[in-house]
Amino acid sequence: MALHTGATSSAVVRAGIGAGQPVISVAGLTKRYGDIEAVRGIDFEVAKGETFGFLGPNGAGKTTTIKILCTLANATSGTASVAGHDAARARDAVRRNIGLVFQDTTLDSYLTAQQNLRFHAELYGVPKAAVMPRMRQVMDMVGLWDRKDSLVSTFSGGMQRRLEIARGLLHAPRVLFLDEPTVGLDPQTRSSIWKYINELKGREDITIFLTTHYMDEAENCDRIAIIDHGQIVAIDTPAALKASVGKDRVQIHTADDPAAIAALAETFGIEAVTREGAVTFSVPGGEQFVPRLFAEFSVPIRSVSVSRPSLDDVFMSYTGTTIRDAEASGTDALRQMARLRGR
Amino acid sequence: MTTEVAAEPATDALIDQIRVAVPAHGIRHDLRAVVIVWRRELIRFRTDRLRAITSLIQPVLFLFVLGTGLSSLAGRGMPPGVSFKTFIYPGVLAMSVLFTAIFSAASIVWDREFGFLREILVAPVSRASIVIGKCLGGATIATFQGVVFLILAGFADVPYNPALIVTLIGELLLLSFTLTAFGVMMAARIKQFQAFMALTQMLVMPLFFLSGALYPLAGLPAWLSVLTRIDPLTYIVGPMRHAVFSHLAVPAGFEQHLAPGITWAGWLVPLWLSIGIVAIMGLGMMTVAIAEFRKTE
Repeated sequence: MALHTGATSSAVVRAGIGAGQPVISVAGLTKRYGDIEAVRGIDFEVAKGETFGFLGPNGAGKTTTIKILCTLANATSGTASVAGHDAARARDAVRRNIGLVFQDTTLDSYLTAQQNLRFHAELYGVPKAAVMPRMRQVMDMVGLWDRKDSLVSTFSGGMQRRLEIARGLLHAPRVLFLDEPTVGLDPQTRSSIWKYINELKGREDITIFLTTHYMDEAENCDRIAIIDHGQIVAIDTPAALKASVGKDRVQIHTADDPAAIAALAETFGIEAVTREGAVTFSVPGGEQFVPRLFAEFSVPIRSVSVSRPSLDDVFMSYTGTTIRDAEASGTDALRQMARLRGR
Repeated sequence: MTTEVAAEPATDALIDQIRVAVPAHGIRHDLRAVVIVWRRELIRFRTDRLRAITSLIQPVLFLFVLGTGLSSLAGRGMPPGVSFKTFIYPGVLAMSVLFTAIFSAASIVWDREFGFLREILVAPVSRASIVIGKCLGGATIATFQGVVFLILAGFADVPYNPALIVTLIGELLLLSFTLTAFGVMMAARIKQFQAFMALTQMLVMPLFFLSGALYPLAGLPAWLSVLTRIDPLTYIVGPMRHAVFSHLAVPAGFEQHLAPGITWAGWLVPLWLSIGIVAIMGLGMMTVAIAEFRKTE
């Protein structure tokens, strides 16, 4: 027991979050659909108040994991607990404590915004006296109160997603699950959705678990887990993950690129290539390397740029592919999932 | 829980109030769920007037076009004051709820395709209350549809007798409930909207034709006689016709001939048993539906 507590608090300290029991804790989780092993033994914990990102290409096991955490699917083996309740055995207790926003809309478009929220409030047993004030509060939060009597079918994609977020918060859940909350939305709407999510963290006492395949959005997370082929390949803060890649990317424009590449190999033992019209290479501590470069380099340099690794580089280094390439090869897996879902 | 809330200063007292007060599972919560699922059916029906009108077209055609057209042939055996339309009225009345009841369950398949079912299935509420709400909702709107058709009773020489109308509405409600339960049971299994529509379309007409809605159940060839006794609709059309004929001034001989009641190998099935069969089937199918929705992948 003492050992367990120690492990928990060290995980929390690492994440830089206040003390407390983990809100989500997953151990040895697997899920098989017939011959396909969608999730192959994953372990992780999410601390209270964290924004936890689950990254991976489609078909990597993100949605399956969320479904298990949300009590919509049973794990083949392993355990998952959410808000202190076992997701397989105490379904209703878990359901009371979670809010969900799925990647496909789950609103009734024949009802008004308010009717959708009212339906939710009744199903979740929100105390009658609190229903109206709380509906107003969450609809205000996403800027839709003045549209409360409009049919959902008249809403744009972004408005529908905002309404779903409001609905997911209606029963004051302890964990909000956002499965690809911005998929299919234009960049402007995506950033407005993120504005609401970030405001929400200040206003509600809530833990957010989200999946995404937009790397720039993952920057908003306190911690990220990268899942690939049903396994977690990396889990840490965005900064630590980027640091773990270890090398910065340096691009130089020179008078003579082939000579520069040869000189780099000779002087520093660095393998460089020409990319985007510039000599490109990776080194640890790129900023410290630049002065050395100028001091010791024989080929004239016209300009230098140093960039930190992005989460794309992180994804690349852990999965050996960019997330977009993984998307493309993931199409088969996606079809597989669609078939399974239709069964 | 309490210490946790106290330790974290909340930005809004209401949030804590709600969180602390959300009740654990209870019968009151389940009842609220039944009521809201039922109400959603009504709201959607109200906004879908086209469906209400189109689903009345078929029974109207049967009663007035087929009923009038065939009365020169079939009307000869009728006693004075009773037309062929009067004879088929109870069966066509049953038909007026048939489509609406079964297709109200189609919204489950629809909800599955458009995601709303997931919102329902992740709610911390018993599957039973969702299915019960759905069955009662479908029963209510289908019965409402039947009541609209009841207004036309006078055109078929069926008297507007209060006792008769109350009896018929009660029987319509039971029938609608059972049919919706049947639809919900099928919708739990069938995931594609087209497949659901095709299958139910395929079933609706045989159910109607075998129910004795258009002909007396006596003196049929053995094969047809057996099929009519298997059709669950028979067990509600029989009592409905009995109700109508008991409010008409028809000589006993004619009633014996036109509304002979349902017999099993010569044994007359009593009305209570006939109605009981329909009720038990409805409850049974609803139970199967609840079990289906309890399953998790």
